[in-house]
Amino acid sequence: MVTAVTSMGRSGLYDWMMQRVSAVILLAYFIFVGCVLLNGVDYAAWKALYSQTWMRIFSLLALLSLGLHAWVGLWAVFTDYLTERLMGTTGNVLRFLAQAVSALIMFTYVVWGVQILWGL
Amino acid sequence: MLQVSIYRYNPETDSEPYMQDVQVDTGGKDLMVLDVLELIKSQDTTVTYRRSCREGVCGSDGMNMNGKNGLACITPLSETVRNNKLVLRPLPGLPVVRDLVVDMSMFYAQYEKVQPFLMNDTPAPAIERLQSPEEREKLDGLYECILCACCSSACPSFWWNPDRFIGPSGLLQAYRFLADSRDTATEERLAKLDDPFSVFRCHGIQNCVNVCPKNLNPTRAIGHIRNMLLSRAT
Repeated sequence: MVTAVTSMGRSGLYDWMMQRVSAVILLAYFIFVGCVLLNGVDYAAWKALYSQTWMRIFSLLALLSLGLHAWVGLWAVFTDYLTERLMGTTGNVLRFLAQAVSALIMFTYVVWGVQILWGL
Repeated sequence: MLQVSIYRYNPETDSEPYMQDVQVDTGGKDLMVLDVLELIKSQDTTVTYRRSCREGVCGSDGMNMNGKNGLACITPLSETVRNNKLVLRPLPGLPVVRDLVVDMSMFYAQYEKVQPFLMNDTPAPAIERLQSPEEREKLDGLYECILCACCSSACPSFWWNPDRFIGPSGLLQAYRFLADSRDTATEERLAKLDDPFSVFRCHGIQNCVNVCPKNLNPTRAIGHIRNMLLSRAT
């Protein structure tokens, strides 16, 4: 058993599951938005679509999935390439910084997304 | 004449590794790569590599031949040589002891982690623990592993985290004991694997399947472990 305190859910299975579930949600969302765009949409129709509660919920779900998906994926990338094995203690500092910066970016996008969706 | 380029490194005399070019007369025969190495060694006795059975059973002579891991003793030149050129390097990702000999401690440490032996807390029967032909069949494609390390040393996830990711070879062995009807420690075994590194650092790129000299499929075994973890947790 390897301990990992910065991963999404501490358990590999949980992270793996979240990665898959969020991928399905993102796929559904982008296919839906893609279809809407392909069918031709003007400002009024677009605004009307996004003023409905179900669309806001669907968008928020996709936004949260994006944050989650990105966290699990980037966490794996950082723990592969920014490590103590490859660069000594510097690796640990760089990895923690990279994780903190990406967490901050994802959090910002989620809050900003909520602001846009609900027109706050 | 076959153009061979061999990775040479003797830590006692060389400050860094270098590639040595050697010409080998194969007599027009489709030799095995190990035969070529023996021919080279007969001229230069300092060339160092591991070998033993010379028939793909012991797993000693795993090396990187023209960019692909395999056993030198069962890889014919016709399978690996392109444009009359053969490049021999040690297995990637493991520390080099000398020339083509690598230090396999990290590989064995991961093997040790999966407790590759039967664990059974029920009283031992008088003669032996019986298995039905169907139960025995589940071990096919798992027990044949000879621990040559070709798969794990071809796996990028193992290169970056050899201390935390068990690697394709160790995981194939882990599943070999999870699948065994005579083993009763399934729960303990699975509990030890449910972290973000041991199993889940596998991203399924199947380099292991591509290089295995025994044609085994570690990626499939890893998928089975994942499914066992999933059904245990849902």
